Amino acid sequence: MDERSSEIALIHKAQALNLKKEQRRQSFWVALMWLFGLITVSILILVVGYVLLKGGTAINWEFLTTPPKGGLSGEGGISTTIGTTFYLVGLTLLIATPLGVGAAMFLIEYAGEQSLGSKFLRSMISVANFAVETLAGIPSIIFGLFGYALFVSTLKFGFSLLSAALAGACLVLPTIIRTTEEALLAVPNDYRRGSLALGATKWQTLYRVVLPASTPGIITGIILSVGRVISETAIFFVTLGGSYRMPTSIMDSGRTLALHLYYLAMDTRAFDKAMGTGAVLVVMIILINLLIDFVSRKLTAGVRRVR
Amino acid sequence: MSGRMIADKVVKYILFASAIISIIIVLAIGFFIFRESIEAWTELGIGEILFGTVWRPGIDQYGILAMIAGSLSVTFGAILLGVPLALGCAIFLAEIAPAGVQAVVRPAVQLLAGIPSVVYGLFGMVILVPLIRNINVPGNSGYGLLAASIVLAVMILPTIASIAEDAIRAVPENYRHGSLALGATKWQTITRVILPAGKSGIIAGVILGVGRALGETMAMIMVIGNSAIMPRPLSSNPLTFFLSQARTLTGNIAVEINYATGIHESALFATGVVLFGLIIVVNASARWIIRTQKYVEKAN
Repeated sequence: MDERSSEIALIHKAQALNLKKEQRRQSFWVALMWLFGLITVSILILVVGYVLLKGGTAINWEFLTTPPKGGLSGEGGISTTIGTTFYLVGLTLLIATPLGVGAAMFLIEYAGEQSLGSKFLRSMISVANFAVETLAGIPSIIFGLFGYALFVSTLKFGFSLLSAALAGACLVLPTIIRTTEEALLAVPNDYRRGSLALGATKWQTLYRVVLPASTPGIITGIILSVGRVISETAIFFVTLGGSYRMPTSIMDSGRTLALHLYYLAMDTRAFDKAMGTGAVLVVMIILINLLIDFVSRKLTAGVRRVR
Repeated sequence: MSGRMIADKVVKYILFASAIISIIIVLAIGFFIFRESIEAWTELGIGEILFGTVWRPGIDQYGILAMIAGSLSVTFGAILLGVPLALGCAIFLAEIAPAGVQAVVRPAVQLLAGIPSVVYGLFGMVILVPLIRNINVPGNSGYGLLAASIVLAVMILPTIASIAEDAIRAVPENYRHGSLALGATKWQTITRVILPAGKSGIIAGVILGVGRALGETMAMIMVIGNSAIMPRPLSSNPLTFFLSQARTLTGNIAVEINYATGIHESALFATGVVLFGLIIVVNASARWIIRTQKYVEKAN
């Protein structure tokens, strides 16, 4: 009996030792994970902080409101590049939003319909889903190369806002489609049934009931796309031309803020002005992220209310 | 049929048309890039382009092997630096960080994803390149694979971290409870239960990170030096490989397309075809892995 209890005591001791060892190992690795999280935040603070502090000194009212001098001087402000950025954002979304929202509505609202019994339509829908996924993974420069081949050369739109916006629309299309799809899926089916039961047609139901209920989600997709157009550079580098003047029509060349930063840094080595431009870009992106956060919080609040 | 019923039908076909636009765009991208590259493939030969190591448009030499090597090397460097950090960050966010800390780190990761590539490039030019230039090796300009790998590692971190975090969160809560109830510590649970269970999603995240790395353009042009040469060690120390200048496939296209004509332009489109092919293969394999994961979950 004594022998047995001492054996058990030994086992307990070994288990306690093992547990201690595992706990020590755990504290080491958990501390390391904390470190990784800390490093990630530090990288962000380092990059954003440096660009804002360094670039902030270059920013003043004059910098924001005078056009760049052009040539290789690197002198002047960024007013026309801000203008071009907004112009391009507007034009791109004007093309992409109706297409993206329409595509998402078909893929979500019509895809499961009985009348779509034909094999052809069904396979088209799965191919369309595959295409959206593929588009989402294609890098910016490939969209640029495509825009250059089709819009700039073949259709002879030249280096212009129109060429850039058409290529840009292809780039942001998957973003708008995916976010709209999610928003549509979040609308409770009771809404649709209720509307249909009242005698509304499918389109009336979509337009008057489903679409309004999914607006915040669709807006999130549009804001995300605004962010992409502001920050993407490669695609516009090969389609927009890079004129520093303010474009007066959609057939004019131009340069966005991001492109301007590139030209300043690479061609003229005007790093101070480039940092100033970078700071303006970073502020815009931070504002856009805050806005998305705000809208999506509103979205989840809305869904909770519904339930 | 009443007016509103006709409107209903018309709208349906309009929406159908917008739904298949994505298909048309994907096909058009493939078609136009390939069409413009045909001249290069037929006149120069596939082998000459893919395996030629000399890219010198002045003497009509259009081998892109150096750029393939450049893209692969910088992607390798970025994965080496970025993956441990991204996975650590994902584990931290999904399993370890208290809610208050998550509320700081997650937006930080999102913001990292949103910062324009030219801003990373500029940061690299102004901070990293001068730092790296201090490494005393003959021929080291600061611009090169090391600077590019560091910049790229930061750029792919958010992609990998957010997909890996989703994969870890998708592991059923029962797995955690079961493991903890068996007396495993939290860390044992993470490494022996949760990570193996979320393996497919995590790998898919890494592969999508590779896809992003291969496609990155402007930041690479700004810090990699853009010499169209095979990257090679600068001295007898093999680690100086990463101090070598290089050029990526993406950079090759972007730097030269605006003034290229004739066969030169066509060769740049051929570079685009190779890049497009690489990306399609990489992304398709990520999707394939995610799909097998879903299958396993269903089987369980």
